[in-house]
Parts: sequence; C-alpha cells; structure tokens
Amino acid sequence: MPNENVVLKVENIYKNYGNNEVLKGVSFEVNSGEIKIICGPSGSGKSTLLRCLNLLTRPDKGHVWLEAEEVTNPTTNINKVRQKIGFVFQEFNLFNHLTALRNVSIGLEVVKGMKKNEARQIALRELRRVGLEEHAHKYPAELSGGQKQRVAIARALAMNPVIMFYDEPTSALDPQLIGEVLDVMKKLAKEKLTSLVVTHEMGFAQSVADEIMFIADGKILERGPPRELFWNPKHEMAKLFFKRIAELYRREGQ
Amino acid sequence: MSFWEDFLPKILEGWVLTVEILVLAIPLGVILAIALAIARVYGNKPISLLAAGIVGLFRGFPLIVTLLIIFFALPKVGIYFPPFESAVLGFILCTGAYQSEYVRGAIQSIDVGQSLAAQTLGMSKLKEVAHIILPQALRRALPGVSNEIIYLILYSSLASYLGVEEIFAIARHFNSLQFRPIEIFLTAGLIYASMATVATTVFRIIENKLRIPGLEATH
Repeated sequence: MPNENVVLKVENIYKNYGNNEVLKGVSFEVNSGEIKIICGPSGSGKSTLLRCLNLLTRPDKGHVWLEAEEVTNPTTNINKVRQKIGFVFQEFNLFNHLTALRNVSIGLEVVKGMKKNEARQIALRELRRVGLEEHAHKYPAELSGGQKQRVAIARALAMNPVIMFYDEPTSALDPQLIGEVLDVMKKLAKEKLTSLVVTHEMGFAQSVADEIMFIADGKILERGPPRELFWNPKHEMAKLFFKRIAELYRREGQ
Repeated sequence: MSFWEDFLPKILEGWVLTVEILVLAIPLGVILAIALAIARVYGNKPISLLAAGIVGLFRGFPLIVTLLIIFFALPKVGIYFPPFESAVLGFILCTGAYQSEYVRGAIQSIDVGQSLAAQTLGMSKLKEVAHIILPQALRRALPGVSNEIIYLILYSSLASYLGVEEIFAIARHFNSLQFRPIEIFLTAGLIYASMATVATTVFRIIENKLRIPGLEATH
C-alpha cells in the first residue's frame, strides 16, 4: 500500500517496440501538490512513458499506481482511472466537431453522466479559469493554437483530475503563443495541482517544478531540483542536453 | 380515353410505389452501411472479414443479378420474398455495401488524436465511436453517401424486372401496348430526374445545416 501522500507511483516500467527498447526500467513517484518535469532528447521515450501510465500504451513490464489503485492490474477498470488523470497532448486533440464549451462538457456528460446544464456550468467555469469564457461558442478551427491548448487544459480540468499529465504542451505552438499556455500552467501549479509535465520549457521548470527528471536511452539518467539539474548536471548526456537548451534560450533572448 | 388521361394516373401510381421502395431502402441502406463500416473498422477478425465479405459480394454482383438471386434463387432453398420485399432487400444490400465504403473511409480518415483524447477522458470504445468518431466521419461521408442514394433512386427502376409495378414497369407496360416511346420514356425519365433533383437539394440543405468550421466534407 503506497504512502497516502503519493498520487502516482511508477515502478520499473519497460516498453519495447519490436527490437527497439524504448523504456528500460523507469521508476518514480509524484506526491500530492508536486510538479515534476520530464525532459530529455527526442526519441528518449518521454511520450511513451506518459502513455504507459494511463495505458494508452500497455507497458511490457512494471507497475503503476494512481493513489491506492494499481493501474496496471488487469482487473482495474481503466476508463475509471483515466477520468482521474487529466491528459494534455502536444497536438491539442480537441474534438473538431464540438465547440470549445462542448469540448469541455462532453466528458462530464458522456463519461460522468452529468445533466447537460450542470456540465455546461462546470465547463464555463473551467473555460473562465483558462481565460476563454468569451470563446466558448467557437469551434476548434476558429481558435488559435494557444487558445486550443487552453481549451484542452480546461477539458482535462473539468473532469476534476487528481493529477495532470502534459505531453510537450507547447511544442506545437508558435513562439508568441507559448506564453499564454505556460501562464495557465503556472497558475495551476501555484494552485498545487499535482502535475507531471514533459517539456523543454526550462523557464517554466525553474519557476514551478519540484524536480526535473532527465530521461535518455529509456532510463532516468539524472534527477534533482531544477536549478541543480539545469546549471550543474553530472551525466554527460544531461550536460550536453542542458547546454543545448541554454544556447537555444540565449538565441531566443530569454 | 386519350393516351395521357390513361397514362398519367397509372404512372403516378407507379411513382407512389417507387417512393415506397425508396422510403424503406434509403434509411435501412444507410443503417446497414454504418453497421458494415463499424464492423469492418472496429470488429474483431471474423466480424471484420464477414463485413468485408458482404460488401465485396454486393458490390461485386451486378444489382440485377442480386435481385434475381433474391427473387428466383432463394425460393429454391426455401426462402421466399414477394416481389416488393425482394426488390427492397436487394436495394438495401447494394446501396448499403456501396455507402459503407464511404463511411469506412471517413472513419479511417479521422485523426487518431481524436480517439486518444476520447480515451483519456475515460470514454469506452462505444462512447468514443458514438460521440466523437461517427459525428465527424458521417459529415465527411455525406457527399459520397448522398451520391449513392441518388444512384439508388435511379436504379430502383430495376424492381420492374421482379414484377413490381413501379414507374419503369408501368412505362414498359404502356409502351408495349401503345408504342409511344418518346412520350412514355421521356415522362418516366423526367420523373426520375425530378426525384434526383429533389434529393440533391435536400442533401445540400443537410450538408449546410451540419457544416462545422474546419470540418468540411471531403469531396
């Protein structure tokens, strides 16, 4: 039985695609109210890791617990577990046929069986929380990338998750749109919404993260508080990675 | 009694029968098409293969052959359908098979991210398909499906070969008695053309009503 302060416990996750070993034994925990960052070179298995945690992809080996429930137990109702994990995708994945409001309310209606009106009220509240109440009637195609991602965050929040997963939430955005999404994420972090974030946004990481986990070659090579990892990485691959990120930041004048 | 006084009421009776055929065959054909498409995309191996087999068969047979099999061959194995029912059944199978290809293509064209997002909200596959995939896929399939329905309106004339007294049967009958092919077949043709026009207009209205920004139907 995991410690009751632990929201997410990940133990020894392995995942292969054919001969390609993507994850080779990843373990960590996220405590209530913590913000943990996962970063690392592309192709290092970060997205696969997130998807293994809510079984969008089933891990080959290892265990995942969400609060007291073992997610990886074959008898667990995964649809129930997923309702408690807010998932934000790099590509937003808003439902194209639904307005912003309906994107946020549909999970409440269809999954939680809420009355239309009640779901609508909650959806409006969540859209207000991400600053998009006045865009509630718009379809995804009528929103900017940053607005889409904020609707996607509101959609996840509406389900009242115990943890948020963000999978590179700003990587598909034009640089001038990244800020509005990070602002929302920072606000939620300050509200102590437990989160696991795959991102290279080191400014965000330094301002809100409790820990950064550097993943490469399918393993957590190094982990620690943001400043320590960012300015003084020990592992060779981590040094190279954070040096590149730092150069990128300087180039963008941040 | 003049030719027209005799012919027009009769061909109108035929028109009523044609409409009766279509009122049954169109909605049931659409339902079959959706069912076949879902079975092919989401069914397990046997179900998917069965659906593919049904589609292959009824897209492969010339429609007239399907109709003759239902009406003449099935009774030989103890399954009997009257002419009207045989025709309707044949049309449902044929149009359902053709339409299902449009629906299947549309389902498969929906970005996988839509499904992932539905799953992360905790939707079951059934809910995902009903609330997320089909509403988008059917919009995309609509132009193809409406085309097939317009074909169905026209090839409903083949019911005449089973002895159903619809428009074309009446026309042929009159022509064999009076041999006025210009008046008779032009009238029949114009009735079909006007039905096709009405259907085209109705589908255009439906398409416009269902239009969502960024989700325009693919032609």
